[in-house]
Amino acid sequence: MIAFAPGIDPKEIEITVDRGLLSLSGERRSDPSQGQQGGQTNTYAQERFTGRFRRVISLPEDADPGKVEAKFRDGVLHVTVAKKESSKPRQISVS
Amino acid sequence: MSDNTNVTRTNQTSNVTRTVQKENMPRAALAPAVDIAEGASGITLFADMPGVSKERLTIQVEGDNLTIEGQAQVDVPENIELLHSEVRSPYFRRSFTLSRDLDPAKIEATLRNGVLQLHIPKSEEARPKRIDVKVA
Repeated sequence: MIAFAPGIDPKEIEITVDRGLLSLSGERRSDPSQGQQGGQTNTYAQERFTGRFRRVISLPEDADPGKVEAKFRDGVLHVTVAKKESSKPRQISVS
Repeated sequence: MSDNTNVTRTNQTSNVTRTVQKENMPRAALAPAVDIAEGASGITLFADMPGVSKERLTIQVEGDNLTIEGQAQVDVPENIELLHSEVRSPYFRRSFTLSRDLDPAKIEATLRNGVLQLHIPKSEEARPKRIDVKVA
């Protein structure tokens, strides 16, 4: 699973798996360097989202909640959920 | 007969112009969301460009025109089949017109967690100055 999460500290992203639901949540705060210039600041555009976000995705039945990996690079979050061993295709040899 | 040949010829030329236009046309681009704030020292611009690495980002100043563009790259493992897709690898581009009070030679850019931050300082002449009054 890949999600765009620009400007979010990777430590602030919460990923939980509960009964087949994968939930991502976190908060994007306005940049600390913003409005730090002292004196009066005029804002010309404020299009970027700030605040809390949450997204819940239901996982397929064969997903293994014990094997979730998450990576974060360049504002993109990659979450990998492994499949259960038992659901992987297996070849049964005929003896 | 001559009519027919004429028709095909015009078709051909229109095809040619169409392909030429396609090459010249800018790529379909997504405008990144931005925050722009002006302080005493200059303008600070934040742009959301997730998936764009430093190498694929270009910032250009031409005259009073500032353009930021970058290709987002989302690495999808090869053996994966997409079940649902909302995010592709977008091409981000946005242009801004700079005020003459700004000094485009001194733009500072930083890219962190997919957010581009540009600081464009005001030129010396345009900065607010405080003039001390001397008491004679």
